[in-house]
Amino acid sequence: MSAPILLDPTNESRPAQREQLARPASVKGLTVGLLDIVKARGDIYLNRLEELFVAEGAKVLRFRKPTFTKPAPPDLRHEISIQCNVVIEALAD
Amino acid sequence: MKPQLPDGIVAIVKRECATCVMVDPLFAHIAANGAPLTVYTQDDPTFPASVAAVHDADLSVSWHYDIETVPTLLRIENGVEIDRTFGWSKDAWQKFTGIADLGADLPVMRPGCGSLSVDPNLEDELRVRFTSSTLHSRHVELASAEDEFESMFIRGWTDGLPVIPPTPERVLRMLTGTTRNPQDVVAIAPPNLVQLTVEKIAINAVMAGALPEYLPWIITALEAVCNDEFNMHGVLATTMPVGPVIICNGPGTQAIGMNSGVNVFGQGNRANLTIGRAVQLTIRNVGGGKPGEVDRATHGNPGKLSFCFAEDEAGSPFGTLAEERGIAPQQNAVTVFAGEGPRCVVDQAARTPEQLTNSFAACLRATHHPKSVLSFDAILVVSPDHSRVYAEAGWGRERLLSELHARLQIPGAELVRGALDMAEGLPPKFADRIVPKFKAGGILLAHAGGGAGLFSSVIGGWANGAMGSTPVTRPVLS
Repeated sequence: MSAPILLDPTNESRPAQREQLARPASVKGLTVGLLDIVKARGDIYLNRLEELFVAEGAKVLRFRKPTFTKPAPPDLRHEISIQCNVVIEALAD
Repeated sequence: MKPQLPDGIVAIVKRECATCVMVDPLFAHIAANGAPLTVYTQDDPTFPASVAAVHDADLSVSWHYDIETVPTLLRIENGVEIDRTFGWSKDAWQKFTGIADLGADLPVMRPGCGSLSVDPNLEDELRVRFTSSTLHSRHVELASAEDEFESMFIRGWTDGLPVIPPTPERVLRMLTGTTRNPQDVVAIAPPNLVQLTVEKIAINAVMAGALPEYLPWIITALEAVCNDEFNMHGVLATTMPVGPVIICNGPGTQAIGMNSGVNVFGQGNRANLTIGRAVQLTIRNVGGGKPGEVDRATHGNPGKLSFCFAEDEAGSPFGTLAEERGIAPQQNAVTVFAGEGPRCVVDQAARTPEQLTNSFAACLRATHHPKSVLSFDAILVVSPDHSRVYAEAGWGRERLLSELHARLQIPGAELVRGALDMAEGLPPKFADRIVPKFKAGGILLAHAGGGAGLFSSVIGGWANGAMGSTPVTRPVLS
């Protein structure tokens, strides 16, 4: 009996490999984006982070997803990518 | 490619067929008197004896011209078939050939035999031979010593249970269940947002153990979950224990043998289980949604393997869920709901609709948390023994739902944070208000289960509306 041939059930794509950026030595002078995914009390966590980053000399920009149940819209991701050096996405419950 | 046939009369025969043997001498008669004649023989190249024949050795002519019966006569003009007759009918053959005394000594009619091209033992092989070019998926060739079932586990293609190997034969057979082109894009599959083709669905449907006649239901269910409204991405990614619950309506549910009765959510029915499983396997394999990756469920639930059932329409006093959601009567349809596992409601004493509705309301109140309001929908699946109470009292869907909602208006004092000594709850400002447990339309009503048992079932939902998931109902098209 010849070996069976199976049809690939997957999408046949491979995820792009992306190198992680080097961690900045300091956030001083950098723009830090804080993305609130709008889970309950995420704002409390991000408010505290904002205080800490500002004290370290960073500029902080705040962003919000429309709902935590869906991926961030492409426009929002683009905004963050052109305005920020660093981004932190908060998950809270 | 479809072979070109010569103009004139074309006959397709096989020696194995007694009717073909009976008409053998007539071919010489036709060749001598009528239009140009070409005879294709399926099995024995020396048959028929009365004229020379072309051997349709690979059955290409028979397959491409959809020959179901031998003998078949085709009339070809300018390369195009314009007429055909099959089996032996003296009258039909005399008219077809224009030879008035053709087969005068033969019986008036004899049925033909099955064409080799539709022989069940050959059909899969022929389908691969002549239509596999319609498939675009990568061929994965296994080593001869490789266990195909184990290799599919190793490749990460399964949901934890064995799957049927998706060979080209099986996938092409699956595709006979739909009229859609294998390369049609049905939806964009989350979470990786890839184009989901009919072919990829068929491959996963084979793996799930489905039959071709289930394929339109599987395609429709995938269309119903892969959109922003249902939000399959969120249903996958949530830490809550939900997955797509698929409710099927219409006469087609019976035609494909779905279960709406005994053990309706349980094991034992191929259609119920493999339709739901095919949807989940497709999301896993094509969309890339895997547990521990994008699927972050804390507990999940066993229904994430498959949770699909048909409504018991004939016995329902409530009409059907699909009709309630805008589908025409007798139209096959699928409703998808982001739901957890079913929770039993026991009431063996209620004899009035009011008493039973009180029980249902009390159990629905506990969905996810007794103090949780408005965030989650639910399906109430009423059993035949319970629905009889409503039928006898003349309560239909609208009455039951309005009575349920009326009983689920909750004093805010019971719902605010700290009330009942539970931290969970609403902000204090709600203390003096009345808050509904469910939003309008937030209770879906279905009728299923049986035969006996004074039990019904609640299927709790997930974050509802635009912030989460909205149930979607779609007609099933072939």
